[in-house]
Amino acid sequence: MKVHVYERAWLWAAAVMIAGFLGAVVFSAVVHAVQPPSHMETVDPEKIFEHPDFSNPRVESRDDGSTLVVGVAQMFSFSPDPITVKAGKPVTFRLTSTDVIHGFQVVGTNVNATVIPGYVTQQTVTFSKRGEYLVVCNEYCGLAHHIMQAKVVVE
Amino acid sequence: MSATKNPHRLEISHFAVAVTAFALASVLAVLQALVRADVAVPMKSESLYYISVTAHGVLMALVFTTFFIMGLGYCFARATVGLEWTRVAWVSFWIALAGTLMTTASILSGKSTVLYTFYPPLQAHWTFYVGATLLVVGSWGFCAVMIRSYLAWRRSHRAEPVPLAMHGMLATVAIWLLATAGLAVEMLTMLIPWSLGMIERVDPAIARTWFWWFGHPLTYFWLVPAYVVWYTVLPKHAGGRLFSDKLTRVVFMMFILFSTPVGFHHQFSDPGISSSWKLLHTLTTYAILFPSFVTAFTVTASLEVAGRMKGKKGLFDWIGALPWRDPLFSSVVLAMLTFGIGGFGGAINAAYAMNTMVHNTAWIQGHFHLTVGTAVALTFMGVTYWLLPRVLGRELRFAPLAAVQPYLWFFGMMLFSIPSHIVGLMGMPRRIYTAELFGSPVARTWQPFSTASAVGGVILFVSAMLYIVVVAATALWGRRVNGQTIEFSEPLEGAPEYGLWDRFAIWATLAVVLIVLAYAVPISHLYMMERFPSLPQMPF
Repeated sequence: MKVHVYERAWLWAAAVMIAGFLGAVVFSAVVHAVQPPSHMETVDPEKIFEHPDFSNPRVESRDDGSTLVVGVAQMFSFSPDPITVKAGKPVTFRLTSTDVIHGFQVVGTNVNATVIPGYVTQQTVTFSKRGEYLVVCNEYCGLAHHIMQAKVVVE
Repeated sequence: MSATKNPHRLEISHFAVAVTAFALASVLAVLQALVRADVAVPMKSESLYYISVTAHGVLMALVFTTFFIMGLGYCFARATVGLEWTRVAWVSFWIALAGTLMTTASILSGKSTVLYTFYPPLQAHWTFYVGATLLVVGSWGFCAVMIRSYLAWRRSHRAEPVPLAMHGMLATVAIWLLATAGLAVEMLTMLIPWSLGMIERVDPAIARTWFWWFGHPLTYFWLVPAYVVWYTVLPKHAGGRLFSDKLTRVVFMMFILFSTPVGFHHQFSDPGISSSWKLLHTLTTYAILFPSFVTAFTVTASLEVAGRMKGKKGLFDWIGALPWRDPLFSSVVLAMLTFGIGGFGGAINAAYAMNTMVHNTAWIQGHFHLTVGTAVALTFMGVTYWLLPRVLGRELRFAPLAAVQPYLWFFGMMLFSIPSHIVGLMGMPRRIYTAELFGSPVARTWQPFSTASAVGGVILFVSAMLYIVVVAATALWGRRVNGQTIEFSEPLEGAPEYGLWDRFAIWATLAVVLIVLAYAVPISHLYMMERFPSLPQMPF
């Protein structure tokens, strides 16, 4: 196919740029294991309060210094709230919903997960900076969606 | 109307519905922007706000776009290959219109405040889903008419490349058919029977997956017709030639190939889909950047050709020789410029790990107002100014307003979208009635940005009303003119030849193969897991 020389140069430049973008994505995913929450586990949203784990929303310190947060989102609150965790140690969030889809976004951090009824959302992060962080629901969940919030305290 | 029927009645009817939906949605938009800036809008309430967000999204993203694209498609088919099956086209129009009215009434009644993504287990009234489905069924009629018109032309033009404007419209049709297959599964096997009480529960993760099978190629259903205008109308209109006919065909085929197997980049943060499949969809998403990069070059080069043909020899002086006061020209060039910004924003959204910084924040609303809200919508507004004299046989009324309107839209949209991007990175969610959050100190830092966006929203509203005034005045009182024809750009070098890039069946088949590769395994994983589907919820 005959392509003008300038255009040919541009096509190569575009291809190199896209390859660069992709390289960065794959590098961070494979080498630094930076990946979105993609847990595969289901749970009955109508029996959350009988569930061995989710019936007791809590913040649990484990022997290795890490923290487990078992949380439930429902219109229009999160529990537990506040969530108090340690700085510099891994924190694993395990979240589910009893009703509709909610978002769990810890503002100013990399925690931004979708919480779907029937499924368990799981994400492990380490908070490096101490302080109080706002948690917002970022998936429309009804007329009081905008007041649905919680707090993460990093000590 | 004169005694003889206007031959373009079909197109005009589609544009009339599109423009009406646009006008209504614009009024809702400015009210939403003011509510978010804490202005005391009359009858302000949570309920009306979320009804308005739902109606604005449906009317703009689904009704305005679909009707406009159908009208434009018929128009371009008529001008290139001739239009067959006009009776089917009319029936489809009425089906789509009936569906639109049904869904709109359902939203305005307050029984379907589910936003335009309608994720279950939020449940709308059944008329919402049935109406939306009828709109899509009507659009399938449009697809049938376009394909039929093409095949009839093909019979007597065996080894000729189809005219480029029709080529791009057929690519649009192919993308739409692949996209709506996912929506049809969601509507017919899940949402409609569920809303009618025929099934009790639906699985929200599966519904989201079918939705985003549809949701991303939907954006190319909007964009490709805009590209058709950029490639086949703009160069001619600016006094130039199309830089490369063949590469344009490559671009359209690449959109057929890559627009659908990318949906997981909307579901990065979802449980139930493994990270490796999300990474795979990231690769295909980046592939689709390529045809847009090609477009940026080809269209800009075609404009340079226009400047050179006016005798300009310098490095940049050809830019000044272009018709900046012409509303089609300025609309499209500003749309392209905006898409440059929006496109890079899209690359960030698709970036697997970086997505977590922007997912469901105000960044997203900033992003799609640059892309569909400007690259597409502003192109369509410009096209309206160009087409009205050609299909109505009337001169544009208030032409000076039309000359200003695109610039006003561009300026208003920058003021709306750039603060949205910034405040999104600062963590403000999208689609919220208020960001007060009980006086949270972080949330207080967001407010100036919402206020700036609201000022942008008011400017956009003024621009939208100028558009409506020009269109309505032209349709009602425009001076009658004759002989304005629809003309398309000639290629810079030689006539195009028939070849691989005209073989739609091959590319559509390859697209189906890619879709199966991208979706078969993760979707069957979802269906095979032990699942606990949800009962309906109506918290509105």
